[in-house]
Amino acid sequence: MASNSEEGESSADYETMMSTSDVELLKRAWRNEKAAPEILQYEGALVQRAKEQIELVEETIDDYVENGIDPLVVSLYQMDLDRTQFLLRSYLRVRLLKIEKFMFHNLKSEEAERQLSEQEKVFATRCADDLAKHFEESVLLKLPENYQSVLKQSLISEVDDMVPQPHLDTFVVCKSKNFVSLNLYEEGESPETVEMERGDLYFIRYKIVKGAIESGQIDLI
Amino acid sequence: MAGQTDPHISLFSPQEIEFMAEDELVEIVPNMNMEQLNFISGDFGRFIPQIPTKVPLWLAVALKRRGKCTFRPPGWMSVDNLTQILEAERESQSTFQALPFSYVEIARLLIDHARDDIPDMFMVRSLVEDIRDVRLHKLETNLGSFQGTSAVKISNVSAMEVNIVRPFVRRALEAFYKHDKPEADVDRDTRSSRQQREANNEPRRPLRQR
Repeated sequence: MASNSEEGESSADYETMMSTSDVELLKRAWRNEKAAPEILQYEGALVQRAKEQIELVEETIDDYVENGIDPLVVSLYQMDLDRTQFLLRSYLRVRLLKIEKFMFHNLKSEEAERQLSEQEKVFATRCADDLAKHFEESVLLKLPENYQSVLKQSLISEVDDMVPQPHLDTFVVCKSKNFVSLNLYEEGESPETVEMERGDLYFIRYKIVKGAIESGQIDLI
Repeated sequence: MAGQTDPHISLFSPQEIEFMAEDELVEIVPNMNMEQLNFISGDFGRFIPQIPTKVPLWLAVALKRRGKCTFRPPGWMSVDNLTQILEAERESQSTFQALPFSYVEIARLLIDHARDDIPDMFMVRSLVEDIRDVRLHKLETNLGSFQGTSAVKISNVSAMEVNIVRPFVRRALEAFYKHDKPEADVDRDTRSSRQQREANNEPRRPLRQR
């Protein structure tokens, strides 16, 4: 076990060094996005860089093929390219899936909208419009006037109570990259904290780690 | 709100778990000359016959399949070490031994693709299987004694193990938390104003109760 923890240490060091690579960052974004209950901030710059690198490697591979470079080398580059493309596609798809699920919620506030990319906003708006139109044509317009809102149960509802919300009190699995101390409860509730050492694994309530995920101290697994 | 308990959105498929494990570095000994590979995921090589070098598992497997290298199995995959780990796993009911986060996937890939490079391959395979079974059983038993309602530490549990228990544990902890919460509210009510409770209840109002 002693030798193992030493190995773990050096590989963790390597990990932090590697985490500067865009593929590592993309993998992190993908994992977090898959594991988080709500949609996270769109990694626009990262996606842009990944796209550029993918294009560059695609061109390189074409050149290699033309110049008769060893097919083995070409196929290895192709595999690396495939893996990066998979990460990128999967990342964007997970986001689309979440947008479909929470479209009204995502469009409700400026703050929620800021999490989305421009294309995602267009997608969300169109989705929401289509769904609203469908609901209205099939059901809502046939109901009494007080019950025709897509967002509310009836006119007396004070809040939009027919909008599916991400379930933030759910639990996620996370791994800390460094020592972090987190408040277990929302402000004013209780001063209890949890202290995580580097590499610790926790089942934890999403709200507690939300901030630490955004600042990059903690990864979801 | 069936969508909220839908496990598919946050769960990783076994293939995705393997995909992540394939980025782990392993040591190989190439038997051919090849220039450095400048991948998007990093630079690897160059490759010189008989000179060991570290590459990601997927690259190692690709080279191995073409007969271009041999593996150097990681230290933890020795029969001695695995026997020790298995014993220790059996001895302690509550703790898990330190193994690589993706030990199941790494062992599986190595056994599938590089069995001739692993000394005592059959022994290693059965030890890894035993360790996996003992740990899974222990993990399931331990689920009964989870402590805490907001954060539960799970030390040395591997990627595959987390993925297996996640749907159950998540729902269990959600339920614990939900049932724990009203009590806390009652406690606070004796001290704080009613308005605060209302404000607190607001975001948790369910859409529709069945």
